[in-house]
Amino acid sequence: MTLDAKIPQGPLAEKWSKHKFDLKLVNPANKRKYDIIIVGTGLAGASAAATLAELGYNVKAFCFQDSPRRAHSIAAQGGINAAKNYQNDGDSVFRLFYDTIKGGDYRAREANVHRLAEVSVNIIDQCVAQGVPFAREYGGLLDNRSFGGSQVSRTFYARGQTGQQLLLGAYSALNRQIHAGKVKVYTRHEMLDVVTIDGHAKGIVTRNMLTGAIDTHAGHAVLLCTGGYSNVFYLSTNAIGSNVTAAWRAHKRGAFFGNPCYTQIHPTCIPVSGDHQSKLTLMSESLRNDGRVWAPKTVEIAEQLRKGTLKADQVKEDDRDYFLERKYPAFGNLVPRDVASRNAKEMVEEGRGVGGSGFAVFLDFADAIKRLGEETVKAKYGNLFDMYIQITDENPYKQPMRIYPAVHYTMGGLWVDYNLSTTIPGLYALGECNFSDHGANRLGASALMQGLSDGYFVIPYTLGDYLAKTGPKKVDTSHPAFEQTKQDVIAHVNKLLALKGTKTVNEYHRDLGHIMWEYCGMARTDEGLRKAKGLIQALKADFWKNAIVTGENEEVNASLERAGRVADFIELGELMIDDALMRKESCGGHFRVESQTPDGEALRDDENFAFVAAWEFKGENQPEELHKEQLTFEAVHLSQRNYA
Amino acid sequence: MSNGNMNLTLKVWRQKNAQTAGKFVSYKAENISPDMSFLEMLDVVNESLTHKGDEPINFDHDCREGICGMCSLYINGHPHGPKRGITTCQLHMRTFHDGETITIEPWRAEAFPIVKDLAVDRSAFDRIQQAGGYVSVNTGGVPDGNAIPIPKVIADEAFNSATCIGCGACVAACKNASAMLFVSAKITQLGLLPQGQPERYRRVQSMVAQMDEEGFGSCTNTGACEAECPKEIKLTNIARMNNDYFSAKLFREEEVHEQNH
Repeated sequence: MTLDAKIPQGPLAEKWSKHKFDLKLVNPANKRKYDIIIVGTGLAGASAAATLAELGYNVKAFCFQDSPRRAHSIAAQGGINAAKNYQNDGDSVFRLFYDTIKGGDYRAREANVHRLAEVSVNIIDQCVAQGVPFAREYGGLLDNRSFGGSQVSRTFYARGQTGQQLLLGAYSALNRQIHAGKVKVYTRHEMLDVVTIDGHAKGIVTRNMLTGAIDTHAGHAVLLCTGGYSNVFYLSTNAIGSNVTAAWRAHKRGAFFGNPCYTQIHPTCIPVSGDHQSKLTLMSESLRNDGRVWAPKTVEIAEQLRKGTLKADQVKEDDRDYFLERKYPAFGNLVPRDVASRNAKEMVEEGRGVGGSGFAVFLDFADAIKRLGEETVKAKYGNLFDMYIQITDENPYKQPMRIYPAVHYTMGGLWVDYNLSTTIPGLYALGECNFSDHGANRLGASALMQGLSDGYFVIPYTLGDYLAKTGPKKVDTSHPAFEQTKQDVIAHVNKLLALKGTKTVNEYHRDLGHIMWEYCGMARTDEGLRKAKGLIQALKADFWKNAIVTGENEEVNASLERAGRVADFIELGELMIDDALMRKESCGGHFRVESQTPDGEALRDDENFAFVAAWEFKGENQPEELHKEQLTFEAVHLSQRNYA
Repeated sequence: MSNGNMNLTLKVWRQKNAQTAGKFVSYKAENISPDMSFLEMLDVVNESLTHKGDEPINFDHDCREGICGMCSLYINGHPHGPKRGITTCQLHMRTFHDGETITIEPWRAEAFPIVKDLAVDRSAFDRIQQAGGYVSVNTGGVPDGNAIPIPKVIADEAFNSATCIGCGACVAACKNASAMLFVSAKITQLGLLPQGQPERYRRVQSMVAQMDEEGFGSCTNTGACEAECPKEIKLTNIARMNNDYFSAKLFREEEVHEQNH
């Protein structure tokens, strides 16, 4: 199978407009003849469900939470970018496009990113119209702040809860359509497989998490909006329930998986405090607007700080190394996430880490408090500071915060073409679930942008084209493919329920996380990755022998749910290792130790690796086949990223 | 860094489902670190139950950052535990002391049927939002964001109401199981903003009607909801809602009865 990204012809800035005109339309009166299945109700899923229902399609939306409002998009803190140039600081669609391509280390698809930048402007207007309470200036106009990887203020925000407000906006649009009878929502339902007929996606198999009922649902198209897979690392900033199951099962049915090893490490998380920890908590990147990152200049001072004989505020100015400001004067503390993360790791490796474990650097607000006053700082970041106090029992108004990088977002995901279609016709992937717009690294405030762009402004156009071409002929769950897929799912569930070993699923998950973080985390080596591959294969074999799954299918069973997800994470972990092993270059947060500049920066290899890796599943325990989508750059010149 | 040095007794409500009677069961929670969150402490207990082949305790949780609103738990007589202004996932074990007995119950309200053990069904909240908790605007063709100027104080006030996470602590805290703090937060948010004006009086009537339909009780101004709300949503929201509701009933021509169409 050859990959066709279906990028429209013509100049970059006109591709999307021209494409929209070329796409076939579905007559308004015919739209009600089409049934659309949407899995996941976060920013991408809720916005797509609402918009498609407004257009007249019948939508069935599924989520594993008890309400669409709980989707993990709700936890995004900092903001959403848009090229509005309200600040008159030189922003433009092209600059947002350029920053995103460069920030993604030239591993994103130009046409998609340009479309994202174009559409960004409409997203803000749409959300304002829904009543999203963005931050405002005293004159009543929208306020902006800046984020890593950019030198303009283009980030719109709602205190530190932007994701929450945007999601509640999309949730309200969804609610309106539920009330109108155009969307039916199935909560506490988990998608366990996709049904294909003649190579096209025609439905899904779900498990009702309250009753255990395994049901089939038919539709003319299936949209996966199921988020990312950071929880493969066990400890991440993702919600506990975030998982890869829907996307992974689709992958096993023929959807290629793009750039699985591209993981974003976020530089400002609260450090791990002990083995008991179930997740990591992010401190928004927006804090770096006013917070200054530093480590002690010497190992001796760091040691005193670790032992607690010296307090951070007692360290003299001369003994502090504001390493980001020193090394990257133009961007300072607002360098992109991969650069900030790598530098923090370097400090720790030099023995200059702080905190009890030594795995932390400081994020200091003393200067900002002196300059702006505590009240202003509180108004800007209060909820984040409160969160820090709850978790660490330390007061960041008095002592600098301790931060360390953590896994946050996955840029890899199901491979999609320009229309957001996976390699299975009729199966689409939106938002973090797809691989498409962020390249090897995601700039801050661009995840919310992509979720909403895909849901509100891309899929309503591109899906129509597919539906118009395939026609409204009714699809029905009586087709044997539905029964067959359902039986496969039941067999898998029963296989899990039969596991009565000695080790809990959670213990397997933690082991997997250790392997992934150690060998496929912030720095990777050929040798380490080869070792990790063996470890994961052994872990997988052991899981299917020794895991414990309690309870039965016909009831609420968190143990069973978890087991299915961890089994999928283990398989994905192996593919991530393969992908990382193949990519013998450094790009974005994916740092191959063998490939670095003399200054220790990530060194790309454009000659050999300017492609998207799209993996095809070839059967259980078979090596996956690599397909390459060559990336071509017309509008930007590929260059070494330099933030100095 | 701290060691697992706390030993606790948990009295946990166990109930198979809404149709079965429930009861308290005691468990030991051993070697608990004060740095653990309350949910992480339950994770530890569940791991040991699983090792013994027993069913783990079912409870709702997801983001563990205090924002998704999924976690619940009535702990020692308080929704989300004894501390103010936080959710259960943000409650840390350092709040308790070694040797303590902790009582853990689900939200108790007729409109929130038990799902299993400590988890309840809060879909009544969704149905109230579906009855009108939105601005009716289609995607596309909207004015520029700055074409609708909103004074900062108003935007901030609307935001304060918009921070409700829909966890249900207000209902759990209320002796009448009233949902008025939850409902009024959305009514206030949209009622303060220019975008919410066209449907302001329809909205309050439909949402209140749905709230009553779901079986939530009335507000008697006790204020337990405000005291226990993890997002510190203010009682003034309820005052605004009542004001809008009476205005709608007294002065508006259009009376809204509809439930479903």
